Amino acid sequence: MTPDQPHADGELGAVAPDGHGAVEHPTGVLPVATMDDPHLQDAARYPRRVEGIVALFFILGILGVCAFGAAYVENASTQVLAASLAVGLFCLGFGLTAWGKYLMPQGPFVEERHPMASKPREREAMAAALVERTGVVVKRRRMLGGLLAAGMGIFGIVAAFPLIRSLGPRPGSSLFRTNWKKGTLLVDSTGKPVHRDDMQVGGLLTVFPKGTESTATKEAVDQTVLIRVQSSKLVTMKGRTDWAPDGYVAYSKVCTHLGCPVGLYEQQLELLVCPCHQSMFNVRDGAFPVFGPAPRPLPQLPIYFDSAGYLRARNGFDQPVGPGFWERTTEGNGKASAT
Amino acid sequence: MAMTDGKPRTRREARRAQGPYGRVQQAVNELDDRLGIAKGGRVFLDKIFPDHWSFMLGEIALYSFVILVATGIFLTLYYVPSATTVIYHGPYKPLDGMKMSEAYRSTITLSFSVRAGLLMRQMHHWAADIFVGAIVVHMARIFFTGAFRKPRELNWTIGIALLTLAIFNGFLGYSLPDDLISGTGIRIAYSILLSIPFVGSYLAFFLFGGVYPGTVILERFYIIHVLILPLVILGLIGAHLGLLVRQKHTQFPGRGRSEHNVVGSPMYPTFMAKTTGFMLMVTGVIGGLGGWAQINPIWQFGPYQPPKISYAVQPDLYMGWLDGALRIMPSWQWTGWGHTIPWEVFLPAVVFPGLVFTLCGAWPGLERKFTNDYVLHNLLDRPRDRPKRTAAGAAMLALIFTVFAASSTDVLANYFDVSLNGVLWFFRVAVIVVPLIAGLVTWRICIELQRIPDAVQRKRAMVVSRTAEGEYVAVPAAPRPGDVHVELDPEPVPVRIDMEPEPVGTVVTSEPGIRRVTR
Repeated sequence: MTPDQPHADGELGAVAPDGHGAVEHPTGVLPVATMDDPHLQDAARYPRRVEGIVALFFILGILGVCAFGAAYVENASTQVLAASLAVGLFCLGFGLTAWGKYLMPQGPFVEERHPMASKPREREAMAAALVERTGVVVKRRRMLGGLLAAGMGIFGIVAAFPLIRSLGPRPGSSLFRTNWKKGTLLVDSTGKPVHRDDMQVGGLLTVFPKGTESTATKEAVDQTVLIRVQSSKLVTMKGRTDWAPDGYVAYSKVCTHLGCPVGLYEQQLELLVCPCHQSMFNVRDGAFPVFGPAPRPLPQLPIYFDSAGYLRARNGFDQPVGPGFWERTTEGNGKASAT
Repeated sequence: MAMTDGKPRTRREARRAQGPYGRVQQAVNELDDRLGIAKGGRVFLDKIFPDHWSFMLGEIALYSFVILVATGIFLTLYYVPSATTVIYHGPYKPLDGMKMSEAYRSTITLSFSVRAGLLMRQMHHWAADIFVGAIVVHMARIFFTGAFRKPRELNWTIGIALLTLAIFNGFLGYSLPDDLISGTGIRIAYSILLSIPFVGSYLAFFLFGGVYPGTVILERFYIIHVLILPLVILGLIGAHLGLLVRQKHTQFPGRGRSEHNVVGSPMYPTFMAKTTGFMLMVTGVIGGLGGWAQINPIWQFGPYQPPKISYAVQPDLYMGWLDGALRIMPSWQWTGWGHTIPWEVFLPAVVFPGLVFTLCGAWPGLERKFTNDYVLHNLLDRPRDRPKRTAAGAAMLALIFTVFAASSTDVLANYFDVSLNGVLWFFRVAVIVVPLIAGLVTWRICIELQRIPDAVQRKRAMVVSRTAEGEYVAVPAAPRPGDVHVELDPEPVPVRIDMEPEPVGTVVTSEPGIRRVTR
């Protein structure tokens, strides 16, 4: 041992932890549990047995990780990969935990806490430094501070603007628009137009405005559900008398609650059901919600038959489709229609 | 000893010259010369960890995060965040020849055509669910034992931030495969953003780059999911653990334990062995789940198409409570002056979680104020000894679990063959009544438990005997092994490095222009 290399034995071993009843261990290592140590777990009284069990788990673990490697090389099934990985790592971990729990010094040992708080004098010195230096350096030069703050503040704002502004367009009127216009042909997802004779009573079809059916962006907004009901049962609202020829009635498929597609149709009750949160809309009665959290009816698309007998939109939707938002006006909030 | 010129001739001699600890000593010396690690390092190896099973809950969260990072890196090697329409050709025949997004195709490919890809993906998903779940349980442990009290309020707040970020990142993560269910989830998230009064449509447009679905959302979710939020989470975990080391663990009261010490087993080797073993076990369990418990089988849901939807759509575990809140909310919207406030979305999906997290974050401050308790606490409470706090926690958990259960209204109605309307109204009532009952019952149980002395100890049998006079006498039977748990006196950590307090802060002016501060 060279003299310039201090060593735990001589210098450090004698120091007691904060002077609280020191127990000296001259080698500087934690005492390894012995058989008569009352701190030992019951199982640890038989260290050879525990050692054997730990070794067994380690061997199992080694076999497991080897099997995982073999399974990977052989491109085995996910189940085999998972089983070998799980067995390997769990056994290694279990063995190591047992080793720590039964064969390593448990204590309980005690360590003193050292209070976070500094001495009052130090606290005061810190506060004094802050206050006094602020007084000397900053307060006397208010104008400089103000100018700097203004500069940084302005920079913060002007730096944030390009970022936020470049993220996306302003909403403008885009939430109010769909691709349905006067005379737009109704087509199904394959682009086929819908003829007067195509659907039976009780039939349902998702339709899109012609020309936009393959673009996901438009699909999400324009999707409309076309249902044929018995026209005699249809309750027609004021101003919508010619919107549903021959019992063909079209509603926006975007739920007015959260925008899920209103994809379920309960044929017997003639209800459109949103599978997300179970809002139900009465198809016969202007798609007014009869159940669930949706606050508004599904907007209705006015349709008519052209001279060839194909369905076309008489006009676009008279209100924004889908869920509510701040700029949405009160259109389409009419209370349940007269029956 | 043949050391003629003071220089060691053999390696063995050189090692011996370094003292009894050989190469390790040399390594320590080299490091200590440069970094001064010996003093602090020794203290760190001696750091005492209290032994209580409930302290491993946070470790589960920590290690599932480690697994999330490891498996997540694997997934980024194969996943393509792109909405470009492509056609799938590959080993999974039901989807062969179908149009789908690049994102969905790459997820299918990494599941079926990459070695161990499905295992990694499912481990990642399981680890995410376990991460959030473990955080909640860990948080309950902290709450009910009062571990959040001064001086640990900041760490409690960091924990809440971690929980929030974990939920957000989980949502972003399961949105990425662009399957039918995740696409619906994104649609709902867009609508929730829209519902925020005044700024909703702007927020939604800036996040999605336009009208739903826009063209950039997968790329944006991807970079937030794999880089931005993980970095923030990692930083906060670092701060969480840093504060834990700095402030030391809390501990339950017991023999030899006080506000001024920590009793337990040392960092090295005992705790290190146990916690490393535990990490391996957590990884093993998640690995087993990843291969044997199918999760998020996106190939069954199919690619996302906006007009398509499947029945019984449910979000992931940690979003369930918000989904339930959305379901049981009545259809209240406000309209007027040409504007709409969709309360039916804004209240349950924005205000409700906001209030829950705010209340959780504010709790340490509220409790300090109402109990006038401004002192430092290092000893934990038994939950029964703080009946009001325990009742409040139980009520909060009951509320969350009730709204969580409400996210299955349709499934429950189907399964029990009852009317959906009945189930809905049951939950509308339950969401108010159940937390109240849970709180009151918990409070009462706490009070009752307080009256039982030594309730932790096993009940002793009473032997009733009749005396010759006909008098009955009940005597407790002799204790059986295990009836009484004797705690041992803790032993001080042996050999500590001298950390004598040094005089601080006298300013000595020695030469003009130079001030020396002694430390």
